[in-house]
Amino acid sequence: MSETSPAPVVEMRDISISFPGVKALDSVSFRMFPGEVHSLMGENGAGKSTLIKALTGVYPIDSGTIMLAGEPLSVNGPAQAQDAGISTVYQEVNLLSNLSVAENIMLGREPRRFGLIDWAATRRRAAEVLAGLNLDIDPASPLSSHSLAVQQLVAIARAIDIRAKVLILDEPTSSLDADEVAELFRVIRRLKDDGVAILFVSHFLDQVYEIADRLTVLRNGALVGEYRTEEILRIELVHKMIGKDIELLERLETRSKSLDSTDSAGSAPYLTAHEIGRKGSIEPTSLTIQQGEVVGLAGLLGSGRTELARLLTGADRAETGTLTVAGSQRRFRSPRAALKRRIAYSSEDRKREGIVDDLTVRDNIVLALQSDRGWFRPIPKRRRDELATSYISALGIRPADPDALVRNLSGGNQQKVLLARWLAVAPRLLILDEPTRGIDVGAKAEIQRLVANLAEEGMSVVFISAELEEVLRLSHRIAVMRDRRKVADFVNEDVTVGEIMTLIASGSEDDTDAVATTVGAGA
Amino acid sequence: MTTTLPPVKAFSTRSRLARLIPSSRYTSVLVTLVLLVAMFAVGASRYRGFASGQVVMNLFIDNAFLIVLAVGMTFVILTGGIDLSVGAVVALSTMITATLLRDGWNPLAVIVVVLLATSTLGLLVGLVIHYFDIQPFIATLAAMFLARGLCYVISLDSISITDPFFVGLAQTRIPLADRLSITPTVIIAVAVVVIAFIVLHFTRTGRTVYAIGDGGASAHLMGLPVVRTKVLVYVISGFCSGVAGILFSLYTLSGYSLTAVGMELEAIAAVVIGGTLLTGGYGFVLGSLLGVLVLGSIQTIISFDGTLSSWWTKIVIGGLLLLFIILQRILTARRH
Repeated sequence: MSETSPAPVVEMRDISISFPGVKALDSVSFRMFPGEVHSLMGENGAGKSTLIKALTGVYPIDSGTIMLAGEPLSVNGPAQAQDAGISTVYQEVNLLSNLSVAENIMLGREPRRFGLIDWAATRRRAAEVLAGLNLDIDPASPLSSHSLAVQQLVAIARAIDIRAKVLILDEPTSSLDADEVAELFRVIRRLKDDGVAILFVSHFLDQVYEIADRLTVLRNGALVGEYRTEEILRIELVHKMIGKDIELLERLETRSKSLDSTDSAGSAPYLTAHEIGRKGSIEPTSLTIQQGEVVGLAGLLGSGRTELARLLTGADRAETGTLTVAGSQRRFRSPRAALKRRIAYSSEDRKREGIVDDLTVRDNIVLALQSDRGWFRPIPKRRRDELATSYISALGIRPADPDALVRNLSGGNQQKVLLARWLAVAPRLLILDEPTRGIDVGAKAEIQRLVANLAEEGMSVVFISAELEEVLRLSHRIAVMRDRRKVADFVNEDVTVGEIMTLIASGSEDDTDAVATTVGAGA
Repeated sequence: MTTTLPPVKAFSTRSRLARLIPSSRYTSVLVTLVLLVAMFAVGASRYRGFASGQVVMNLFIDNAFLIVLAVGMTFVILTGGIDLSVGAVVALSTMITATLLRDGWNPLAVIVVVLLATSTLGLLVGLVIHYFDIQPFIATLAAMFLARGLCYVISLDSISITDPFFVGLAQTRIPLADRLSITPTVIIAVAVVVIAFIVLHFTRTGRTVYAIGDGGASAHLMGLPVVRTKVLVYVISGFCSGVAGILFSLYTLSGYSLTAVGMELEAIAAVVIGGTLLTGGYGFVLGSLLGVLVLGSIQTIISFDGTLSSWWTKIVIGGLLLLFIILQRILTARRH
């Protein structure tokens, strides 16, 4: 499979796609060769999904050309893409839970006799495909009776049976366990030998390095480059995905604010999580948060940083482990229960799990406090006005109008409104998931300053961000997450972005330990 | 492949056993069947002459049009939609039939015109729902007013049907064994049920109807013809309304603007009692048939009793509907 021999089966040239206000893809080129596994890499918002949806005809392209096996491809919708030989398994299982396994595999291609579906043949063929995946399930059983992992494999079975030239697997392993991943990789290798071009998207670097022949890196909707997997080191790859040069990052190291870590060392832990975990979400993980301490969670998207936050706050229920808050053991069934213990969680998904678009700034700010008091004890109007005005001026929310609709505010100001909402309930532990994503530099600096001040006043903060400099600048202690586990946990003293990156990128246990020792791991 | 074949065989015997135990998919239909049998048992024990075959046959004869209507409604509800226009379309069909027959049209031509008109109306409704992304509830509500209004345009009075073909057909009794007899309308209704069953369970179009009921987004990404099928179910419902209208004019031998008011709600009730989920995706056309028979049995029991007001029919239907919707909730909750 040298660079020159076969012609690419997919060739996308200068693809641009815009959504209102966003350039999702900016003149991106991408190619795939038959019989290779190609991995599309990039952080959230890099444009991976958009590129896939351009190829499968879900999104129309604004400019550029797509060639499939040398022919110009113009598809309008997934049905046509499928007919052209492009088969896709999406991240969320897109199957029909009300129908049987066999139907989900064969729907639209059922063998027919005298114009009517031959169910025996349909089930037989489905069973053959499933057997090829070593999946021992009854094809006649309803899809909904199976686990998410099995459903994912059924989706893959469907894609395989279409006998596509190009098979797109978007995060196929996110709900699979190690054995299932191994099985999937066996199938991928077999398909690869049959000459199928496979696009494999995954946040798990280990898996990418195990299966991919070639990588294409995207960042902020632009192409960074195409590399052969064996020719690029993990650390280089992570740099390319995150987009900072290692030297530049190390120079940025001089932290703007000197953190006094001895301050928090003596005080009692506010929250102790012991081996909390949830199947398919995060492996059992322990974490301790002292009073007045900022704990940074570093890691790539999908590393388990958000998942851990959700377990700490009851947004997801922990299946294993114990949680001790202020000395007594707790089990949070909902974020509301966590809020009763003065733990607030600001989600990374500002639009969907954060602000309420159609309400005013004032209503958004008092929302959590009102919910905490219960609906039968409304906050008096005077108190609401006071709260709104004081937070607007304290956080510098612009426009300084409590009656402005939140949808009309900029991202940074929306984030400040969210912060105000949680600060209004006077939390003792505030978990901020990506509070600075997608907001401008000025607002970012203000939010960082605010977090530092809050910690000084005794509030504990868990700070989650993809921006390592930010994590370094703010945190007293840093926990590094990778592949749904905590791989390191250390006091933030003389740590560099480069060292954290190495931890995020490293492939095996040994690497991790080696680096962790050099960093000075203190678990 | 040969090494992996044995496990495939192993589970096929296991699954045969599993299929004997009713899964939740069939539970609500079975509940309807049990209910129907129980109602007959109660009727037979309380009223003399209830336990006769002809009572069962009359159920079919008196409800043939409703069976056909419920079949069309089943298609629509399986996709997660609703069709409120069917009652008014039945009335319109009786009006068109009666008027054209009075004007001396060939009865077969009349039937063709009625079916074309109602299918076209269904097509228009389907296209409006899809292309303007309008709630089926509102679009079919508009079609309901349109059809009802057209009835009044045709005539305000009841028009009786005197056409010899229609009258002859209405009076025909097909004798069955043991002094039982049915009407040709029953044969048509049963044929519609059988065809619908085959379409829903043995054609790709039918399976796509179920696929759409699961939300539509997945079906679209799986490359199924979602748009075509979504529009088609309203055409089917329109066509069935036309057939039901003709059966109804055979039953009453007249056309009348004010007839079949609220019949769409009876059809919906029958489909829901028959175990089809209003949110779509789950249900069987045979269940809808059972649903119609349950509704018919309530009326039969009340007429046998003689002392009960006919409004009790509505009260019992209301109670049953509530019961079945709650039952569906419980079954759905268990499924997830």
